[in-house]
This record gives sequence, structure tokens and C-alpha cells, in this order.
Amino acid sequence: MSAFLKLLARNRLALGGLIVMGLVVALALITPLLPLADPDVTNTADRYLRPLSDGHLLGTDQLGRDLLSRLLWGTRLSLGVGAAAAIFAAVSGAAVGIVAGYFGGRTDNLLMRGVDMLMAFPYILLALAIVAALGPGLVNALIAVAVVNIPFFARNIRGITVGLAHKEFVDAAKLAGMSHARIILSEILPNVVPVIVIAMSTTIGWMILETAGLSFLGLGSQPPQADLGSMLGEARSALITNPHVSVIPGFMILVIVMSINLLGDGVRDALDPRLKSGALSRPMAATRVDRRTRPDREIPTEGLLSLEDLHTQFHVKNRVYKAVSGVSLSVKPGECLGVIGESGSGKSVTALSIMGLVASPPGVITGGAARLEGRDMIGAPYPELRSLRGRRVAYIFQDPLATLHPLYKVGDQLIEAISCHRPISKAEGRAKAIELLKSVRIPNAESRIDSYPHEMSGGMRQRVGIAMALANDPDVIIADEPTTALDVTVQAQILSLLDDLRRERGLAIVFITHDFGVVGQLCDRVAVMYAGRIVEQGPTRPVLDAPAHPYTARLIACVPELGEGKRKLEAIPGLPPSVDDLPKGCAFADRCVKVQAGCMVNDIPLERAGARAVRCLHPETEIAEETA
Amino acid sequence: MGGYILKRLALAVPVILGITVIVFLIMAMIPGDPATAILGSYATPENVAKLNRDLGLDQPLVARYFIWLWNMLHGDFGQSFSLNRPVIDEVLERFNNTLILAGSSFVLCSVLGILAGVVSAARQYGFADKAITFAVLLGISIPSFFLGMMMILIFAVDLQWLPVSGMYAIYGGGDLPDLIHHLTMPALALAVVATGVIARLSRSAMLEVLRQDFIRTARAKGVHERRVICGHALRAAMVSIIPVLGIQAGFVLSGAVYIEIVFQWPGIGRMLVDAILQRDILLVQGGVVFVAACYVIFNIIVDVAQSLLDPRIKT
Repeated sequence: MSAFLKLLARNRLALGGLIVMGLVVALALITPLLPLADPDVTNTADRYLRPLSDGHLLGTDQLGRDLLSRLLWGTRLSLGVGAAAAIFAAVSGAAVGIVAGYFGGRTDNLLMRGVDMLMAFPYILLALAIVAALGPGLVNALIAVAVVNIPFFARNIRGITVGLAHKEFVDAAKLAGMSHARIILSEILPNVVPVIVIAMSTTIGWMILETAGLSFLGLGSQPPQADLGSMLGEARSALITNPHVSVIPGFMILVIVMSINLLGDGVRDALDPRLKSGALSRPMAATRVDRRTRPDREIPTEGLLSLEDLHTQFHVKNRVYKAVSGVSLSVKPGECLGVIGESGSGKSVTALSIMGLVASPPGVITGGAARLEGRDMIGAPYPELRSLRGRRVAYIFQDPLATLHPLYKVGDQLIEAISCHRPISKAEGRAKAIELLKSVRIPNAESRIDSYPHEMSGGMRQRVGIAMALANDPDVIIADEPTTALDVTVQAQILSLLDDLRRERGLAIVFITHDFGVVGQLCDRVAVMYAGRIVEQGPTRPVLDAPAHPYTARLIACVPELGEGKRKLEAIPGLPPSVDDLPKGCAFADRCVKVQAGCMVNDIPLERAGARAVRCLHPETEIAEETA
Repeated sequence: MGGYILKRLALAVPVILGITVIVFLIMAMIPGDPATAILGSYATPENVAKLNRDLGLDQPLVARYFIWLWNMLHGDFGQSFSLNRPVIDEVLERFNNTLILAGSSFVLCSVLGILAGVVSAARQYGFADKAITFAVLLGISIPSFFLGMMMILIFAVDLQWLPVSGMYAIYGGGDLPDLIHHLTMPALALAVVATGVIARLSRSAMLEVLRQDFIRTARAKGVHERRVICGHALRAAMVSIIPVLGIQAGFVLSGAVYIEIVFQWPGIGRMLVDAILQRDILLVQGGVVFVAACYVIFNIIVDVAQSLLDPRIKT
């Protein structure tokens, strides 16, 4: 509760709303004690006095009555009526909801159909019909507004009661022989009261506005009694000649409703956990780049795509998560590089950083470069980056149900991949899309092109994702766990498809995975990542046969192999360290069986020897002895 | 799709019947008898009895309901005593005027609301976002009748840009430009609250969608950011915006009552308020049933639009 209040207090607007609302309520409460003129005493000689005139701070109305006094009494009445309507609606709505939810079955059906009927009306029509039947008057207006709002409460409370009615403690009460009435009062009611109170606080502003509205129409409070609505309604006839009589009560309604809205927003925000985590911020078009030193814009490089000392961090509130710290990689045309590691090792973030696709906020690229044929893309302006995306460097993502647009046909998504880089006619685009679908071996491509993603199987969707990546004949494909969501046979098909494409088209592939089995099938070289850094790198065969880093060795031991007999599969105990609080020295140290005192002192460099490299003081094998 | 529409229409029948039952029951609660209300307190008992017979009020409640329903199905909503004209004629004429007002307001609030929401989401925490958020807060807090009065003061009295009230100029008006001239202020005043609500919802729907993986895919393809926002993201966000448009249409229709009073617009809301004050029950009854039934139909249109937009909804 106190945490909730603290959150509310942090929201300055909500606090402002609370203060204003508190002032208005306090004023309304002490109105009878204030030395005010009688609000109903008329004095036709002093009609329409302007504000700040003698003895009448806010002036007088059409009958010479003191406006300040009428305003405060009217506010008191409006607040009271609004609150009463809210309580009335909440109590009756809750009663309907609890009975419907608790008894269920026919009772529930009957009551809720009735509630649905009430909701079929535009709300004011129902209120008008009720006032028409009962006759104009403040109490009748109050009843009308309350009745119109019953469905809202009934629905909410019913939903919660249905959940409670099947809980163990209710069953226990039933077995103990308690009557329905007692169970409802002692078991159900205490659990729904907080919900009722919250729902009431969010609707009270609305109730005040609605009763004021009916009074404004002349259907609520009748003269000489006046709430804010009828003050405004009566002043309307003199709007043009004496606007202050209208402006004053109207402004009061505005202040009340606005402060309640501010408060309500604050409460809602405080209750919404997503706002605390900052999850509701939207990623920008490209990842934010904030590098302390700016690398050269263009230098000659050996590989087609090369990363130099890449640093990507997530800045969440005051914490900094170093997802990628100093990764360097490179791939040549026709080569496939596997990047492997557990979840959270930074492999996906590395891949996404290349084209600025890390969600930002909270992601920030804080250093390094990603070069395509030597040209740095991280510092590239948005138009240049956009023209490279999909055209030279394409991505294949995992879980294509989430990564394909659910409302566009797959054909249109394919065509768009082409048309956003070069103009293409409709017929030509369609033909090209069919060709692409065929190239990833989708049967009936001609009819599949008009399917929506949800109409396809996981394997088919993954093929669509690959076809989309191939649309512009890119030079580099970055595949981020493209087979993780698939079953083994489909996985094998997809891998061989990628392998064929690489050989046919001379693609460079960066293949992100957590599965050494996949790496062994497809990749020429492999880089092993742990806690945002590369711990071992080298040609696939030598690394698989004789891993140098203990972590690599343990990862390989996790892969089951057919025909290997009853080898014990060894899980790696413990979890990777949190990247906002990395230990000194080797990040793997506390999970490593070979750990020694020296491992946790200083930063351990990536030692290179020929084609291999390892970041370990006590490697499993000495890579220096091998020649690549 | 045709089957789906038919199914929805069939499901609307019990809802509309339920509406007639509710309206009938509410009206049956009226204390005293309508004949006295119609004829006034000086009427002779014979005349009251005769009128009761003519109106079918001497019948039991259930019989009266079915007579009323039967007559309505034949287009006979009864006779308004205060206007001395068939209820249905008056209702149709007034409802037409309300549709002009509420319809243009609905278009305004949908377009402006979605636009504001999209801009706000795309520029999250930027200046535009803050300005829109503040305007929205003000917009949803100001009572429409008060706003209408302030607009009259500013645009009609002070600046004299627009007429104070009415639907057409009394002399020489009646054409479309005249209508638009008169329509502008009430339509805007009516649209403000709904615009605020729609803008708020569109903003959060857009933010929700922009975090989805398929948006990253679109960006990875190299789709231009403008198209990512206005195409991919908005299209997906519309799925949650459309139902709110349907709800807001109900609020616009409701709010029209106040605006019609403030701007002297000859719509059905003003007719209902007058009828209530005159205790012209048949007119109230007929007006409420007619508008509520139209609203049910409108909601079906919204649902159909929703299913057209989202292929995942089984039709």
C-alpha cells in the first residue's frame, strides 16, 4: 500500500489532482460553516453583478443571488449527488454481479443477459427514459445515472466472483454447512470490496458529470435548489450578455472532473506493472548510438561483414546491462559463422546491433563498429541504414508467427520486402514472390501466396521468413535461431535449405543458435559467447573435437548424440551471471570445475593462436600447438 | 462473410426485443395514467376512460406490450399528443438531423483521435506527445455542454465567424454551405471528448503494437519508418481501436443531446428532452426504441468491419 502511495506521489500530475480534489471536497464540506450569503435569497436590484463587485466576490446571477455562495452550495450538491450515484450503482451492480457469479448457471445467464440489454442502449437514452418515467428531479436523475452505470459494476464484479466461487475456501464453507447468504457476506464480499472501491473511484467523476448534465437539461435539480449543472443550464439564456454566470459553474465542473481524471490516471499507472518496468516505451526506428570514440567511417577489412569491439548496453532506470561487451567477428562471402551461447549470452543482441535493430529504448550501442565491406553501419544515418536493411544484410528471425505481420498476406509481405528497395509492378512483384516461395520449397506457392501467416504451419512460416530474407539477393544473412521453434525433421530441412542457398548464391551467413548439433551441420567457423563476450572462436571441427574453453566443453557435452550409448548428459550447474553486475575476471568462473584463484582477479584476454582463440587461463587444450 | 452478417443480424433480434421490453417496463412505471396527462387535469372521467380505451390502456400489461410491439412492427409508433403528429414521422425527421450532427462528429473524432494517437506514439515523450497528452486530458475533462457555450462566446459572439445556433439560417439558407456553416461548431464541440478518448487509446494501442516482433521484421526488411508506423503498426493497432470507435459512437450519440440543446439543433435529443418535460410518453418511448435499435445495428456494422480487418476472426 505504501509503495503504491509512493508511486502515486512520484506522479506529479496525479498528486496535483489529489490536492485540487482534496481542496474542493474540503470546501464543499465546510460550506455550511462559511460566512456566505444565503444562496437562494433573490435581489432583483442587484441582477448580474460582475465578479469582484461590492459584497459579491463572484458577482450575482439573473435573480441577484450571490454566485460564490451558489457555487459552493452547488459544488457540495454535485459532489454529493455524484458520490451517491456512484455508491448506488456500485452497490446494486455489485449485488447483481455477486449473485450472478456466485450462483452461476441459469441465474447468471438471466441476469447477465439483462445487463447486456441495458448496455445495448446509448447510455443517455436509458437515463432519459428513466427520468421520463419518474419525472424530472434531482433524486430521479441520480437514480437514472446510477441505473445506467449498473452494468459496468455488475460485469466487473461478476468476473471476479466467478473466480472466487470455485476457490477452496468457498468449497470449505459450503461443506461446513454455511448458508449461501453467509458465504457471500463472509467469504466473497471481503474479497470483492477492494475492486468495488477502485471501480467506484474511477467512475465518480463520470457520475458527477452525468448528473450535472441531466440537471443542465432541466431534468435534474429543480429551482431554487441548484447543482453545478442546473446553474449552468439556467445561466445559458444570458450566456451572451452575462457570460460570467455560465463560466463560473462550468469552470468548477471542469476543475472537478479534471482533478479526478488526473488522480484516476495516476492510480491506473501506479497499478500497471508494465509502466514500472518501462515496457510500454516503443522502440525507435534504429538503435540509439552513443559511442565515446567514433571509429573511422570506412577502412578496408578482410571479411565481408566484420564487427569490431562491439558494445551494446541496456539502460533501464539507473542500471546498465552490458549485453555485449567487446565482440569482434567477421564473415567472408560463402562462409557460415555460428554464434553460440545460452540464453542471455548476448548473441541475439550482437546480431541485432549490426543493423540497429536492438529495441531502443532501452538499448544503446556504446562502442565499436559493424562494417559491411569496410563501411561502418552503426554510425550511418537512417536513410543509408534503411537502404542496407534487407537489401544487403537480411535477417531471419525465430518464431515466425510473431515475426510475420498477422494481418498481411504472406505474398504481400514478400512483395513489400522488394518494393521498399526498388519499384516493382504488381504483376512482377507477384511473380517474384511466387518464385521466392518456390525457392524455399513451399508447395503450391501460387495459392500459398494468398495465405495469412496464421493459416500456415510453423515450418512453412519459417520458410516464408527465409524467402523474405532472400528477396533482394542480400550479401549477408543473419539468422537468429531460425530453427528453434521447429521440430527436428523440419529443422533439418531448413538447415539443408540454408546450406544450399549459401553454396548457390555465395551468401555469408551469421547463424545464431544455442545448439552445437546445428553448428556442426552448417557452420564453417564458430564463436562461443558467454556473458556478452566471445570466450572461444575457431573452425567448427577443431573446436568441436577439442574445445579449449571449459564452457565450450560443457556446452558440447550437453548435446545428445545418437548411437553414443548411455553417455550421461551433463547440464551446466548454475546460471550465467547477470550482465549488470559482472564479476571480476572470468565470468564463467563460479560455474567452472577447473576454476583457480587467478581466474577471478583480472580481465582475461582473448588469446589468439592461428585460426583459434580462447579466453581462458587454464584451457582444456593448448590451441597454440595446433595449426589451422 | 454474408453468412456472418446474417448471423449477427439474427442475434440482434432478441437484443432489440429486449430493448422494447425494457423501455416498455420503464414507461409502465409511470405513476398516474397517461390519459390524464394527455387530457390535462380538467378532463372528464368519461373522456379519460374513452382515451384509455383508444390507447389500449385498459388492457393488461402483457397484452398492451404486444399491441405496442405489433403496431411498431407495422410502422405505427403512435401519435404524439404534444405535436399532434405521428411519432414515427417526428422521430425520423429529428433522427436525420441528429445523424448529420453525430455522424460528422464521429468522423471528426475518429480521424483526429487516431491521428493524434499515432503522432503521440511515434513521438513518445517528445514535445508533440506531451502537447497532445495535455490537450487530451483537457478534452476529456471538459463537459461538452460547457465547451459548446464557451465556443459560442468565442467563435460566434466575439469573433463572429460562425452562427450562434440552429441548423440553417432563418432567411435564405438551407443549402449545403449554410448547413456546414451551422454544423461546424456543434460537430466540433461534440467531437472533443470522444477525440480525447480515441487518441488516448490509439496511443497505447500503437505503443503496444510497436513493441511487437513483426514491427522489427518490417524494419529489418528496410521498410521506411513512415510506412512502419502508418502501415504495419496502425493496421495492427486498428484491431483494438475499432471496438473503441464503436463505443465512442454511442457516446457521441448520447452527447448529441447536450449539444443539440446548447446549439438549438433540431435533433432527436432535444425532441426527447422536450417530450419528457411535456410528458409526451409515446414520443419518448418511440424515440428511445428507434435510436437504441439503430445503435444495435451500428454495432453490428462495427463488428463486421472488425472481422474484415482481422482475418484471424472466424466468421
